[in-house]
Amino acid sequence: MRLQGHQGLGLVLLLAFTGAFAQGHDPLRLGAGFEQEPKTPPLVNAENDDRKRVRSYAMQPPTIPHKIDNYQVDKNANKCMSCHARTRVGETQATPISITHYQDRDGNFLADVSPRRYFCDQCHVVQMQTEPVVKNRFRDVESIIRKTKK
Amino acid sequence: MRDLLRRYWRTLTTPSKFYSLGFLTIGGFIGGIVFWGGFNTAMEFTNTEAFCTSCHEMRDNVYQEIQPTIHFTNRSGVRAVCSDCHVPHDWTYKMARKMQASKEVWGWIFGTISTREKFLAKRKELAGREWERMKANDSLECRNCHEYQAMDFTRQSKRGADAHSTALAKKVSEGGKTCIDCHKGIAHRLPDMSAQ
Repeated sequence: MRLQGHQGLGLVLLLAFTGAFAQGHDPLRLGAGFEQEPKTPPLVNAENDDRKRVRSYAMQPPTIPHKIDNYQVDKNANKCMSCHARTRVGETQATPISITHYQDRDGNFLADVSPRRYFCDQCHVVQMQTEPVVKNRFRDVESIIRKTKK
Repeated sequence: MRDLLRRYWRTLTTPSKFYSLGFLTIGGFIGGIVFWGGFNTAMEFTNTEAFCTSCHEMRDNVYQEIQPTIHFTNRSGVRAVCSDCHVPHDWTYKMARKMQASKEVWGWIFGTISTREKFLAKRKELAGREWERMKANDSLECRNCHEYQAMDFTRQSKRGADAHSTALAKKVSEGGKTCIDCHKGIAHRLPDMSAQ
C-alpha cells in the first residue's frame, strides 16, 4: 500500500504520540501508559490559614491564603469583593485589591474594579499541600543574584 | 337562616340522647388523635425535600443550586433540606409561615415563575423577602443548627473566628450582626447585588 504525503505524516505523528504516552511522558497521566487507567490522586483541601505567602517574583499575583469554595463571581455578584473591595477592607482587614485593578487597558482610573480584572481567580488561586505533578526548576531571582555576588 | 343556626345550637348544647358518655369521651379522644396525627403528618409532608422539588420551579432552579453547596452534601453527611432553612421549626411560627405559603400555591397555579426567565427576573424580590424574614427573626433558622454559644473559635479559620467572635457577640439592636448579613447566597445563587 502506498501512502499519500499527509497520510504518512499522520502515521509518523501517531507513532510519535503513542511512543511518548507508552513511556509515560505525559506527566498529567501520572506515568501511566495510555492503555492504562492512572490511579486518581486524592483531592486535597485548599490551605486555609490566612497567612500571606512570599511571591516567587515581583509581578506574581498573590496566591489566596484561604479556601474559596462556592464563591460566586459572576455578573450578579463578586464574593471576593465583599472583603477585598476598597470600601470594605476597613471592616474586614483583608488586603485591598491593588490600584492596577482600577485601571482600564489605556491606563485610565475607573471608580470601581475594571471589568478586565473582575474575575479574580483568573490570576489569583488557592494553594494546596501536595506533590506537584510536573517538577519545575524555577529559582527566585534573588537567590540567583545572591549566588553571583559570592 | 336564624332558625337554622338556632337548631344547630340547640343540638350542640343538648345532652346526647343515644351515645354513652364513655363513647363520646373515648371516641372524641381517639378521633382527636387521628385528626391531629393526620393533620401533622400532612403538614410534615409539605416540609420534605421531595414535596418542595416536586414542582419544576423549585427543582430546576433553586434545587440545582443548592447541590454543590455544603448544606447539601458534606463530610459528615448531614443535610439541611429546604424546610430546615425556609420554615420555622416552632409550631406557631410554622403555622404562620404555612399560611403565608398558600400564596406560593397561588403563584404556582398562575405560573408566576414558571420559566427560567421569569424566575431570574423575580429572584431579587424572592431572595429579598427571605433576607428580610431572617433579619427580622435574627437568623433563627441558621441558629437552629449553628449556635453562637456552641462555636469553637479555635476550630475556625482566623477570618471566621475574627468575624464571628465580634459581630455575633452583640445583639443586632446594639450594633451586632446576624448570620444573614454576611452569609447571603450561601445555598443559592445571588441576584444582582450591585445595589446592595
